[in-house]
Amino acid sequence: MTENNKKKKGSSRRKFLVRTAIGTGVLLGTGYLTRHIWRRTIFTEVDKGESPYLGDAATPGIWFEVTPENEVILYSPKVEMGQGTHTGLAQIAADELEIDIEKITVRHAESVSTNVDPFATGGSTSIMGLFQPLRELSATMREMLKNKAAEKLGVAATSLAVANGVISGGGKSITFGEVVDGVTDWEVPDVPPLKAMKDYKYIGKPVARVDLHDKVVGAPIFGMDASLPGMLFGSVCRSEKIGAKYVGADTTAAENMPGVVKIVKEKDFVGVVAKSYQEAENAKNAIEVEWKVERNWTSQDIEEMIEVGKGKPVVIQKEGKAKRILNNEEGIISSEYKSPLGAHAQLEPNGALAHVEGEKATVYISTQVVKITQGEVADRLGIATENVNIKPTFLGGGFGRRLHTPNAIQAAVLSKAVGKPVKCFFNRKEEFQNDTFRPPTHHLMKAKLSDDGKIEAIEHNVSSGDVMFGSALIPVDLSGFLGADVGAWRGGMFQYKAIPNHRAVSWRVKLPFATSWWRSLGLLANTFAIESFMDELSISAKKDPVQFRLDHIQDDLAGNRLKNVIKACAEKAGWKDGAEGNRAMGFAASTDASTPVAQIAEVSVEGNQIKVHKVTCAMDPGISVNPDQVKAQIEGCIIMGISASMFEKMYVEDGSLAPTIYGPYQMAQMRHAPKEIDVVLLQGVDKPGAVGEPPIGPIGAAIANAVFRITGKRLREMPLEIS
Amino acid sequence: MKISFTLNGTAQSVEVAENTPLLWVVRDVLDLKGTKFGCGKAACGACTLHVDGEAIRSCSYPIKMVEGKNITTIEGLSSGDSLHAVQQAWKEEIVPQCGYCQPGFMMATAAMLDKIPNPTDEDIDKNIQNICRCGTYYRMRKAIHRAAEIKAAEASDS
Ligand code: FES
Ligand code: FES
Repeated sequence: MTENNKKKKGSSRRKFLVRTAIGTGVLLGTGYLTRHIWRRTIFTEVDKGESPYLGDAATPGIWFEVTPENEVILYSPKVEMGQGTHTGLAQIAADELEIDIEKITVRHAESVSTNVDPFATGGSTSIMGLFQPLRELSATMREMLKNKAAEKLGVAATSLAVANGVISGGGKSITFGEVVDGVTDWEVPDVPPLKAMKDYKYIGKPVARVDLHDKVVGAPIFGMDASLPGMLFGSVCRSEKIGAKYVGADTTAAENMPGVVKIVKEKDFVGVVAKSYQEAENAKNAIEVEWKVERNWTSQDIEEMIEVGKGKPVVIQKEGKAKRILNNEEGIISSEYKSPLGAHAQLEPNGALAHVEGEKATVYISTQVVKITQGEVADRLGIATENVNIKPTFLGGGFGRRLHTPNAIQAAVLSKAVGKPVKCFFNRKEEFQNDTFRPPTHHLMKAKLSDDGKIEAIEHNVSSGDVMFGSALIPVDLSGFLGADVGAWRGGMFQYKAIPNHRAVSWRVKLPFATSWWRSLGLLANTFAIESFMDELSISAKKDPVQFRLDHIQDDLAGNRLKNVIKACAEKAGWKDGAEGNRAMGFAASTDASTPVAQIAEVSVEGNQIKVHKVTCAMDPGISVNPDQVKAQIEGCIIMGISASMFEKMYVEDGSLAPTIYGPYQMAQMRHAPKEIDVVLLQGVDKPGAVGEPPIGPIGAAIANAVFRITGKRLREMPLEIS
Repeated sequence: MKISFTLNGTAQSVEVAENTPLLWVVRDVLDLKGTKFGCGKAACGACTLHVDGEAIRSCSYPIKMVEGKNITTIEGLSSGDSLHAVQQAWKEEIVPQCGYCQPGFMMATAAMLDKIPNPTDEDIDKNIQNICRCGTYYRMRKAIHRAAEIKAAEASDS
């Protein structure tokens, strides 16, 4: 193996690494980008959505492998959880490498290859963070191949052309696969100029997902599908009670049950390994565990904790004198809103298959945090981090649910105890009760209108359980440093910056169970409150709600992008204020991670049944690398948002979280999905922006605003119910 | 106990506890992973497969009930190289996101189309009661109508 690092000059800070291995062709890797201090990272990540790939400069990772069959394997640092990232990355690589996308296979990078993202896959950052570096990397790789082809063919590199993985010129040609054969000395050139956007064959086009075939034939691609010879099944006892601490267990009854291989007692848990899943579950249920429970929590306890005024306040946005103006009781309009505790409810339960052999461990897992999982397993087993290889699989849904991976640790401990591979996963009840929930929220909105029907001052107080704090993603406790939980207030600031006096305050509450990231973090709840209130204000001001919003948006890039989506949405939907019979449109808009979104929901009410017939959505994510997948994300967000704002609610009963099964935890099904979803994509900046979360923002408010027009009832609490 | 049945056209015999859910026999004994575990309580449909042509939720279907029956899973839905009409339509409409729920939906749809070749939206709402967290219902509905067309065209060709 030869390593060749060359320092780059000028604007590029990237360092490249090349390795050649006999039989597998060339591996081009890189480690790059300066380190960011956590605070800046968190703020830009969550607020503006500027999200550079946080590569680990010390250990360059492998990106490409060229096979002798002239195929390119692209090792993705980001996991695929349905958001289409692998497809987007394949498009980007294919265009700059000059190879057909069919010849690119995208695989998840494993933690030993060091190309995994040290942060996480999430926050709508994958494509926007990798768009520039991956284009540069691919173009550099293409030039390296071309230069080497020139040597091999005896033709000047300048007279060579590259098309679909074949380099030709001077009457000769050679494939990428042939070029890499036997080469050990690679020279890394400066990053060549990138193609113009208009010259791309894949970027910007609605290319079919690269994982489409596997997903329609039921290929075994998920963590749950992983399997190894001699694999056993593990199951770990968990308490139903909130805050329960493991004390000890009587395992006598379980020991001789059919299929049981071993009962494993650890300081913090007890589990069983058996020959089949059923046998493991049966034996687990026969173990008598002693738990220490300090308090029998109820839903009422939680509701009281979450009220604005109870937690710790931090001002997160301030312009003008909103507080002073709104202190004066006269002419103040105010409203309260609420959102419930929400579950991720992703279809694939969390689990892992671990195989511990001596000082080495291999873990197959659906995780959004490969590096964190690796470190946690290594710590628990007391082995070196580099001896733990995490093999990320496709995720059966992510949405922030796979930022905590205790199953990896438990599967590894059980595997070590029996010396065999062990698969261990939550049953559905455990999945619901051990979720890292979307926290409940309480919002207090206040405003004052001026005589000309404009907002003179507005204030948003939001109280929420933690989202970022306590997350495994944040290596140290930043709560003292940041004050307000940046996840909880996502979407909680005003995007209407032309309002002369505006102020937002985030109240932090620590709940007795884990709350964390849930697709879009606080955006869904905060937008529900702000955009419902904007609707109320427009009615008080006797203004058209769409125009009312336009009237309060400032003239800058963000403002203009927002205005453009609002106008495009209204035009596309044929916006009409007011009900026709039992049907009406409702409007709402939000800006998340710099991506503005406007939505109009066409809703009917029959009895107390709310039905969403059509949703029109205009969004400006900058460059849409794959417009079809951007649309898919918008459709998914709208439907998940309908589900969360119309049906879903977790509660606490007798010290336990409930419900614990789909059905009682009601979610949108086929019959609740709008039959029409009309999407308009705008491009207000020339780079890709956030896609996977922003479009979940407006939907709850858009529906509630439509319901008000039909019934005259203002629904201020999710899930939306007409009583 | 020993149970014999046909799985995707091949005769199979397994020796398992009689109340073992069919899902785990298919996934872990016979190693076909296309049929998914979502809830284990007949509440999500991820485990849907066909027993004698009927869509059933295999997580809640004891193995003893399949003696002598014909089971089809997603792996057996297509014949040879050509995909089943439902899979073709799913590809055309680019339905899957994470993909985890999709085999269950495709199996439910295939069984419905055998009974209702040209389903209305109401038929779809009534018969397709699985859960998709990624929210692919909008494309699924289009794909179901499209699958009905493909199936009709295939029938008139043969
Ligand atoms: S796993 Fe069978 S219905 Fe959910
Ligand atoms: S595609 Fe992810 S659950 Fe349906």
